[in-house]
Amino acid sequence: MQLWLIPIFPLLGAVLNGLTGRRTSQGIQSAIAVGSVLLSFLWVLKVLSGAMPLETEIRESYFTWISSGSFQLSVDLVIDRLSAVMLLVVTGIGTLIHIYATSYMSHEGGFYRFFTYLNLFMFFMLVLVMSGNFLLLFVGWEGVGLCSYLLIGFYFLKQSATDAGKKAFIVNRIGDFGVMLAMLLLINTFGSLDFQAVAAKVKGMPVEVSVGVLTTICLLLLLGAAGKSAQIPLYTWLPDAMEGPTPVSALIHAATMVTAGVYLCCRASALFEHAPIAKDTIAYIGLATAFFAATIGLVQNDIKKVYAYSTISQLGFMFLAVGSGAYAAAVFHLVTHAFFKALLFLGSGSVIHALDGEQDMRQMGGLRGKLPITFFTLLMGALAIAGFPFFSGWYSKEAILASVYAHSPWMFWVAVLTAMMTAFYVFRTIFLTFFGEYKGHAHPHESPAIMWIPLAALAVLSVVGGFVFNVPHFLENVLPAQAHGHDFSLEVIGSIAGLVGIGFSYFFYIVSPGLGDAFASSFSGLYNLVYNKYFVDEAYDAAIVKPIARTSRHFLWQVFDQGVIDEGMVHGAASGAMGLGSLFRLLQGGIVRNYAAWIVLGAVSIFSAFALLGGAR
Amino acid sequence: MSQLLPPGFFTATVPLNAYLILSAILFAIGAFGFLFRKNIITIYMCIELMLNAVNLSFVTFSYQFGKVDGQIYSFFVMVVAAAEAAVGLAIILTIFRNRNTLQIDEIDSLKN
Repeated sequence: MQLWLIPIFPLLGAVLNGLTGRRTSQGIQSAIAVGSVLLSFLWVLKVLSGAMPLETEIRESYFTWISSGSFQLSVDLVIDRLSAVMLLVVTGIGTLIHIYATSYMSHEGGFYRFFTYLNLFMFFMLVLVMSGNFLLLFVGWEGVGLCSYLLIGFYFLKQSATDAGKKAFIVNRIGDFGVMLAMLLLINTFGSLDFQAVAAKVKGMPVEVSVGVLTTICLLLLLGAAGKSAQIPLYTWLPDAMEGPTPVSALIHAATMVTAGVYLCCRASALFEHAPIAKDTIAYIGLATAFFAATIGLVQNDIKKVYAYSTISQLGFMFLAVGSGAYAAAVFHLVTHAFFKALLFLGSGSVIHALDGEQDMRQMGGLRGKLPITFFTLLMGALAIAGFPFFSGWYSKEAILASVYAHSPWMFWVAVLTAMMTAFYVFRTIFLTFFGEYKGHAHPHESPAIMWIPLAALAVLSVVGGFVFNVPHFLENVLPAQAHGHDFSLEVIGSIAGLVGIGFSYFFYIVSPGLGDAFASSFSGLYNLVYNKYFVDEAYDAAIVKPIARTSRHFLWQVFDQGVIDEGMVHGAASGAMGLGSLFRLLQGGIVRNYAAWIVLGAVSIFSAFALLGGAR
Repeated sequence: MSQLLPPGFFTATVPLNAYLILSAILFAIGAFGFLFRKNIITIYMCIELMLNAVNLSFVTFSYQFGKVDGQIYSFFVMVVAAAEAAVGLAIILTIFRNRNTLQIDEIDSLKN
């Protein structure tokens, strides 16, 4: 089936644009960038259309990568139902966002550099989702992290952008360290990193009631997933990542890369099913993240920041689903979230584009008439994420809520509250942006067709995506299923939560616009706490970053590096060599007779040693 | 060798150790002369002395073990010594012509 073609196309695009971008026009660069991703999308479609219904996985093994004793690892690309879903999302939405970006980025410097990075990202993401073992997945995992760093810091002249890039990279390193340790433990325990081999061996093991090796592996994997998918405690990089261009936020920090953590948990579902403690941890982390990120999202004023916290919150929902054992529901939400969150980001990009870079919602308003297409598509996305009945988000959120209820009812109620807040803050962005009076000074204009066509496509997907793609049913056989019936009353509660959130938002921002500010001033302590993101960044700074910086500066640099390495080892080696040299120089005085004397002395001492020790025997 | 001389010619009259001791004495004289004499010609002769001391022990062992290897080596040493004599004496002559001295301590223009 030539599966390797799927990731190779974007890699070729990246290489071509990277090498020739200096000399080619924007038209050619766009054609290469969009074309390469489109080709892999089409190839995915071709492979899948030939392989449907994909009862067994397609596996292509290319070469042996590591062969060390009994441990064998080959480079395998695999398509099963799970990776098929991921592939369609990544390449499909990737294509739309590439198309959008050709217009969005057309006035920015570094056009070809942007698309080189973006295509490279697609390559690594495709490797990640198609890998047949943990190590190759990790290659993609690191690669997307690299591209994320490069793209967050795309405006490298801006201090805040480069800082955000570094922050994302470093925070992700913490998670990567967990994944690496988990892989070593996997090799130690199972002697293999292949997904199928590990899953087969896990099946024979008993479920761990207390913390054992499986739980440790799962918790380490969870650390990695929390880093990549921006969960507590490693979520702080994602809001800052909004420094990158908006298409990057849409593609990497909403639709694809940040969902890699959820994908990893689903890939390792066999392990998690045998480690209930780790699974519970996921549920708690997911729930806490969903809730706290949603509260922060309520009060942010930067439109992209709101969507960033919304992304964290929705990822929390997916983790909650994984923790409840509803892997298929998590992937379902991943898919619909990719639709509507990409749409929300691209739509906000369209607004920002129209307002010459303004991101503060307090400077917007009344754009409904000026940007009718953007307004309409964004509204569809907002309805989808709010869980308005029969929109895509509704299906996936209801699936998650039902499984959470089966897992633990109190979590269900927190999740419902979070869903209500989600509806509230998303409609807050809609109302502040498109309704009321325009408060800024730019001259808003509708975006060109090349920007709103992807918006429209994503809007259609956001509306019908949940109804058309029955992802949970498709994944029934590849992920551990969880038996629970359809509970009509739960669906009603979930739907009402969304509607109430929208209603509150309408009341606060349309009916009586001053109410929000009045609330903020009467609960100013709470408001400031939430507005400043619970001071988590500051706490991390004081507890971790500052001490590390101080130790690095005062001990590692000034004592260890300068004192031990520089003075002790580097200069020490030099002066040691000089001292020895000046000693040996005495031997080489240029007087032949002295040399002869040394030879005679040497011979005499060797022979006397022989004589004393009894000769060579 | 054993055909040329009657059997027991050496061993009957002179013991093996005597040859080796003579060789060691000759070598020691050569070495000390090389180290402590100042005249180049003397030093040169001392080198020859050492070479011949070695030759003597080669030949002695060759006879003792009944093998010709040692004699072959001693021929090699002689050939090399002859070549060295030709080159060495030529160098000494040139030095004397240029410097008008044969004292080894005065010929140190390559030093430093």
